[in-house]
Amino acid sequence: MARSIAHMATLIAAGLAVIACAKAEGLAPYKIVGDGIPESLTGAPGDAARGRTLVATRTTTCLLCHSGPFPEVRFQGDLAPDLAGTGNRWTMSQLRLRLVDASRFNPATMMPSYYRADGLVRVGRNFTGKPILSAAEIEDIVAFLATLRD
Amino acid sequence: MISWHAIAVATLVATTSALLAGEIPADARRSGYSFMGADTRAMQDDDTSNPGMLFVLDGEALWSKKAGGADKACADCHGDARSSMKGVAARYPTFDKTLGRPVTLDQRINLCRADHQQASPLPYESHDILALSAFVAHQSRGVAITAGDDPQLKPFVEQGRSLFVQREGQLNLACTNCHDDNFDKHLAGSPITQGQPTGYPLYRLEWQTLGSLERRLRSCMAGVRAQAYDYGAPELVALELYLMSRARGMPLETPAVRP
Ligand code: HEC
Ligand code: HEC
Repeated sequence: MARSIAHMATLIAAGLAVIACAKAEGLAPYKIVGDGIPESLTGAPGDAARGRTLVATRTTTCLLCHSGPFPEVRFQGDLAPDLAGTGNRWTMSQLRLRLVDASRFNPATMMPSYYRADGLVRVGRNFTGKPILSAAEIEDIVAFLATLRD
Repeated sequence: MISWHAIAVATLVATTSALLAGEIPADARRSGYSFMGADTRAMQDDDTSNPGMLFVLDGEALWSKKAGGADKACADCHGDARSSMKGVAARYPTFDKTLGRPVTLDQRINLCRADHQQASPLPYESHDILALSAFVAHQSRGVAITAGDDPQLKPFVEQGRSLFVQREGQLNLACTNCHDDNFDKHLAGSPITQGQPTGYPLYRLEWQTLGSLERRLRSCMAGVRAQAYDYGAPELVALELYLMSRARGMPLETPAVRP
C-alpha cells in the first residue's frame, strides 16, 4: 500500500515517460524514461570504488545530510535516509535521475540536483555555470550506490 | 523497506506543511544555547570563562573614550550605558527616518560616529565595532526581543522573510530548509538549530573570536555555495530584521558562546 502510493507519487513527479535534455552548456544531454535515466551520462559504466571515495568526501556533500556504511567518516548527517541498502531499493536508472535532479521524485526535496546548472539563484562566483558533480562523477556514484545491498 | 516509504511520505507531508505554516510558534522557540553541550553552556554562563566578556570590557572602555573631530565620547551624549542602553539592542534593527530604511546596531554606532563624533566609520567585523556593539547589546542581556514591531518596518520584515524562504546557491537550499524544517537534526556532526539571533555579537569557538550576525549569515550562504551579500547590504539587514522579529519575545544573551 505505502509502496504503491510512493510509486505513484514518483510517476506523477517524473511525469510518464517525460523526455528532457540538459539545457545548460557543457552538460551531457540525457533522456528521462519513466522514473529514471536508463543510459549512462558518459556512455560508459562508472567505477564503484571511485564512487565510494566520492561519497565519503566532504566536498561532495552527500554525508552532510545522509549517513551510510562509512565507518571511517566520523561526522555524518541525519536529515536524509541512511544510504545502506540503496541498491535494493532503486535501480541504476532511478539512482541516476535522483542524482541528476532529485526534485523529479519530490518537488519539495532538500536534496540538491547534482547535474544542473540553470534555474538557480545567486550561485557563488566560483560555482556559476557548473553542475555540482561531473557526468563521470555521477556515473561512479551510481555504480557505487548500486552495490549497497543488505 | 516499509521504513523508507514511511520516511518518504512523512518527509513529503512535513515539508509541505512547514512551507505553508512557516513560523515557529512562540512557545516552541529555542535559542542555539539549548542545542549546545554542557561545556559550551558552562562557558557562556560564567562571565569569567566567557571569552566574549573581554570584548564587552573593551567596549566599555571605548564607550568613554573621546573620538573624532568633535572630541566626544559615546558617554558624553548617552551617559551611563547601564541605564541608557538597556533594551536598545532588543529593538534593533530599527527604522531610521532620515534614511527611510532599517539600520543595524553596528550601522547606528557608525552613524553616531559620523554625525556626532565626526569620526571615521569602524570597519565591519573590526575589533572596535564588535567590542562596542557587544558592550551595548550586553546591557540588554535578559531583555525580550521586540525588533520589527514598528509598522514602518513591515515591508522590510517581509523582504527578509522572502529571502529566508528563497532557495539559493549551487546547493539550492533556503534558510527555512534547515532552520524551520530540520532543527534538532544534524548536518554532518553539527546540530542544526532554529537559527535564532539571540546572542550576537557572539564568540564562536570555530572562529576563535567574536563575530556579528552578518558574519554568521554570510557563512550559511557560503555553505550553500551562494554569493554572500556584502556587509551592510540591504538584503542582509532585512534578513537580520526578519530573524529578530522571528525571535520575538526571546531574551538576548549577548555575548553568547557557540560551537
Ligand atoms: C541537503 C541534503 C541532501 C544532500 C546533500 C544529499 N541528499 Fe540524498 N536525499 C536527501 C533527502 C531529504 C532524501 C529523501 C527523499 C527526498 O526528499 O527526495 C534523499 C534521498 C536520497 C536517496 C534515496 C534514499 C533511499 O533510501 O531510498 C539516495 C540514493 C540519495 N539521496 C543519494 C545521495 C547522494 C549520493 C548524495 C551526494 C552526491 C546525496 N544524496 C546528497 C537529502 C540530501
Ligand atoms: C544546509 C543547512 C543550512 C542552511 C541552508 C542555512 N543554515 Fe544557518 N546554520 C546552519 C548550521 C549547521 C549552523 C550552525 C549551528 C546552528 O547554530 O544552527 C547555522 C547557524 C545559523 C545561525 C546562528 C544561530 C545561533 O545560535 O547563533 C543563524 C542566525 C543562521 N544560521 C541563519 C541562517 C540564514 C538566515 C540562512 C539563509 C541565508 C541560513 N542560516 C541557511 C545550517 C544552515
